[in-house]
Amino acid sequence: MTALVYLHNVVKRYVRGRQTMEVLHQLDLEVPAGQFLALMGPSGSGKTTLLNLISGLDRPTSGEVTVAGERIDQLSSSRLAKWRARHVGFVFQFYNLMPMLSAERNIELPLLLTSLPGAQRKRNVAAALELVGLATHAKHKPAELSGGQQQRVAIARALIADPTLLVCDEPTGDLDRASASDILDLLQRLNREQGKTIVMVTHDQKAADYASRILHVDKGQLVAASMQSAV
Amino acid sequence: MSLFRQIAAVVGMNLRNLPQRASASLVIVIGIAGVVAVLVSVLSMAVGFSRTIAGAGSPDRALVLSGGALQEAMSSIPAGAVPNIMNAPGIAEDSAGRPIADAEALAQIQVQQGSGRSANVALRGVGTTEPELRPEVRLVAGRMFQPGLHELIVGRNLEARYGLGLGSHLSFQNGDWVVVGIFSTSAASLLDSQILTDAQTLLSAYERNWYHSMTVRLAGPGSLNQLKRALASDPTLHVDVYRESTFAAAQSRVLNIILRWIGFFIGGMMAAGALFGALNSLYAAVSARSTEIATLRAIGFGAGPVVVSVLAESLVLAIAGALIGAACAWVLFDGHVSSMQLSGLQPPVAYAMSVTPGLVVIGITWACVIGMVGGLFPAIRAGRLPIARALNAVV
Repeated sequence: MTALVYLHNVVKRYVRGRQTMEVLHQLDLEVPAGQFLALMGPSGSGKTTLLNLISGLDRPTSGEVTVAGERIDQLSSSRLAKWRARHVGFVFQFYNLMPMLSAERNIELPLLLTSLPGAQRKRNVAAALELVGLATHAKHKPAELSGGQQQRVAIARALIADPTLLVCDEPTGDLDRASASDILDLLQRLNREQGKTIVMVTHDQKAADYASRILHVDKGQLVAASMQSAV
Repeated sequence: MSLFRQIAAVVGMNLRNLPQRASASLVIVIGIAGVVAVLVSVLSMAVGFSRTIAGAGSPDRALVLSGGALQEAMSSIPAGAVPNIMNAPGIAEDSAGRPIADAEALAQIQVQQGSGRSANVALRGVGTTEPELRPEVRLVAGRMFQPGLHELIVGRNLEARYGLGLGSHLSFQNGDWVVVGIFSTSAASLLDSQILTDAQTLLSAYERNWYHSMTVRLAGPGSLNQLKRALASDPTLHVDVYRESTFAAAQSRVLNIILRWIGFFIGGMMAAGALFGALNSLYAAVSARSTEIATLRAIGFGAGPVVVSVLAESLVLAIAGALIGAACAWVLFDGHVSSMQLSGLQPPVAYAMSVTPGLVVIGITWACVIGMVGGLFPAIRAGRLPIARALNAVV
């Protein structure tokens, strides 16, 4: 497999007042296309910072970040925004849906950044709703959906523009066990059946077990890796 | 196309979100409504006052004052000079060949206000050619005064402000005067806040043998200069001649500027307060929506549409405030009769405040400026929001 995500010698420092904190220390990472990677580690270990760098939400202090063939650490803010729109789908712990929009309007949001006509957008949204099993909930607003259903809508939103990479930050952190299992099944299916490359941050070993590869981050460095046959 | 879609989507979301931030939004709306209401109200005084003064002046009439007099009240024209002026060229004549010109006298009399306090009003003595000289004056109730009798007709503004109705009695110069008519002018005019009577009767009551001014109807467009030359060449006269409309406009100019300055000054002070209110509320709104904004930015929405959405929210609230403020000013003050003095020598002029479409446009413009300035900095903050930090994703 070719590396979809390539990080070399990546350092990330934050300046807080007079203090400078180095969160990632000369980190190297390769994620092949089609892999389902789980990043684990204690709070403050730097795993979310690593996810932010991979997804183009943040820039490294030094080092190279190449994703989908593009040196994203060298892109301007506006080009980075366009790059994210084309290549990355986001799934957040607290879903981050727009509360005033219905499920279908939330899912449609990334398509507003494309040149697709309205009718085609509607068809794509219907297909995404079908994929996540919420075809009958298109008109529901987030407040009318359960946590698991909201996260399904968020996954549909993340997938609608057919991104190269799906990044998930604690996608089951706010869900009960049954809903979490449903969501992880869905992510695994997307990885296996559609070949989606997924990078997921999680505290939960059971969630990580759904991934095809687990990396542990500690004190800003990758300390252990394991390949596994997923549950 | 994509940029337009982005802007429409983000602005739409933002505006739909407004009910959830009703109290903060109301702070902006009420603050700006207050600014616009005060600004429009004060300016409506200036507009109403200017109209009233200017309405007294016609380009077809000329005013003759004694030489050097800047106001009618400062002028005096001896009774003996009146025939010379009346027979000068340039003055229009009626069907009987008589010049359409009147020597007029002024006095101030006191009337009782509803509160029990007294106020000065202008009493103008006019001549027999008044209907041809000022055709815009028409009786709306009662009848014309009769020369030689202590009879008065009262302008509509005085009737409204002081309750001087038909049959009212006024005592001055040891006489009892009765109101026999109410008049109105076709356009708002200074005359609407005056009392008219027969000039000769007024002079007798005040034991005077001089007038304040003469008003004449001009024969044609070039007649003013003809009249000026004729009166200047008469060695027995020392008078100045003005086109009545020009003289009226000059009389109101300074007060009009002062009123407008007061309006913009008070409006400006209030606008500064409203501006800070808007800034505060919009900063709070951006802060409350930071996760939403960051999510949109993460998905790929640009900073521009986010900035536009905050500015749009600010403008929508500002315009709502402006419309409410203008509506309040219109309901409370449009047509409201107030009074003001042109100078210490003259009695107060009663005039109707006027909230015009032009003033509403000025109010909306001010509100938009407040909205734009108040929204600009929060909008920039929203556009520059660090995405990762706003998503609570740092470290």
